[in-house]
Amino acid sequence: MTASIATDAAPQPKGAKAPKERRPLRSRWLGIWSALVYIWLFAPIVVVVAFSFNDPAGKFNTAWNEFTFDNWLHPFAKADYTDALIVSLKVAAVSCVIATILGGLMALAISRYEFRGKGFVNIILVLPLTTPEIVMGSSLFTLFFARNLDFGFSTVVIAHILFCVSFVALTVQARVRGFDWSLEDAALDLGSTPLRTFWTITFPLILPGIGAAFLLSFALSIDDYIITSFVAGDHTTTFPMRIFNANKTEIPPQVNVIATMILVFTGTLMALGARRAVKQAKL
Amino acid sequence: MAGENSLRKGRRAPYGLLSPGMLWLILFFLVPMWTLLRIALSTKPNPFLPEYEFTWEWSNFSDAVSRFQPELVRSFSYAASATLICIAIGYPLAYYLAFKAGRYRTVLLGLVMVPFFISFLIRTIAWQTILGQEGPALWFMQTFRLVSITDALGITSSGAFLNTPQAVILGLTYNFVPFMILPIYVSLEKIDPGLISAAQDLYSTPRQAFRKIVLPLSLPGVFAGTLLTFIPAAGDYINAELLGNVKTSMIGSQISKLFLKESNYPEAAALSFIFMAIITVGVLVYARILGTDELSA
Repeated sequence: MTASIATDAAPQPKGAKAPKERRPLRSRWLGIWSALVYIWLFAPIVVVVAFSFNDPAGKFNTAWNEFTFDNWLHPFAKADYTDALIVSLKVAAVSCVIATILGGLMALAISRYEFRGKGFVNIILVLPLTTPEIVMGSSLFTLFFARNLDFGFSTVVIAHILFCVSFVALTVQARVRGFDWSLEDAALDLGSTPLRTFWTITFPLILPGIGAAFLLSFALSIDDYIITSFVAGDHTTTFPMRIFNANKTEIPPQVNVIATMILVFTGTLMALGARRAVKQAKL
Repeated sequence: MAGENSLRKGRRAPYGLLSPGMLWLILFFLVPMWTLLRIALSTKPNPFLPEYEFTWEWSNFSDAVSRFQPELVRSFSYAASATLICIAIGYPLAYYLAFKAGRYRTVLLGLVMVPFFISFLIRTIAWQTILGQEGPALWFMQTFRLVSITDALGITSSGAFLNTPQAVILGLTYNFVPFMILPIYVSLEKIDPGLISAAQDLYSTPRQAFRKIVLPLSLPGVFAGTLLTFIPAAGDYINAELLGNVKTSMIGSQISKLFLKESNYPEAAALSFIFMAIITVGVLVYARILGTDELSA
């Protein structure tokens, strides 16, 4: 105890400049640790981007051979990868629109109303998030098999909607928590129709949450491998499936080019969103 | 003043809003679980046909456990190791972000998410490059003659990073660590700094203040982070397939193989069900021990 009084009473020279920093040594170690973690987090990303400029010697783009712009000039040269990417984008677009509508409506119901069975609804919503993907994939597989459904685009979409709905509902719910719903009542009292009230008051208020949920589910959908591999059947191949199947035979550098494009695209989108949020916070 | 015609007053309205989503979750989540259980209790009369017959075949479960015990044990121990490493890596970082990062906090927090912008599979293949025989990690170790040390420490196995259990655990840790960092950060960020200065005013050492105030208040975050990393890590098999060898195969690849290659649905379903049952029991016990009911939060 006396030691702590002593350090508090006699701050070190550095602490005198910035009184908030009471433990300069410890926080410096924290800073160094954090920097190391960031380097570790970004190492594979640097590799992915760098190897998009590699001209691989063999069928695998895992060892550095020679610098080239060729991959960037022909990013869609490998037809099977491009086709798989298009399948993935289609699946993501269809399933995220449906999942956002279903999940958004659920979030509205849960956050605006008190009703019987809310606890049950909440449990059903959380369960898919705590179920391992492999179990969800195999259970869907058994259902589709038992019902004799054709495995393909539509079964993949069904599965993707399923694992996106919960994410959407919970994201939107978190965003609208603490909302002043009496704004709607005010509009109604002033003679607005319910439909008009929804479009002019409710919808603009929940729109940021809906947008965030849509982007999140798009990212989840386009990246999913395990569940998709169970329900895709033999004739539908998504981008992650294509990569996984080819992992033992050939991974062309175009994969890195496409990954870098997606990285830059989502990175820009997120930076723009963050800037808008900062601006709004300042207003 | 809420008018008579408030949008929130309808008795049927919430059920109307819920029904499409709930229908989807019931049809494609609860019903498939039921089908999975039924198939897990079925027999397979003809070994060359995928057809099955429901016969209350409870022995499927014990057969699956005895046949795939190594994979089950491996999955849970790899996932547990990865989760512990995630806490060790993620907690200090979350602490730094919450208390020390100052005005760079938002940017640094955003950077934690950046690995997610690259596909899971491509990220993992990038680790193949880094850890491979011609990769930078091994080159560094060989140049500085550190391989014998890393071998002794168990980081490498006979001079190789790739195709080892360690590489699989590293991959799992890497791919799921953001799920640990973010919940811990959220729980740390909620802590009122006044509590810490109050403790210091009452002559607690920084260590005491951390142990008695910050740590207990951040436990819900650690709890949530553990679930978010452990459950997907135990079920994952991409890391085991891409970074490991035949001896590191996890339960997911066995389930997938039984379903999609061998068409042995009863055994696959039984294995899948056991896996989920173990996880569910584990989560409940863990929740009881930590005494938090923030599962849904």
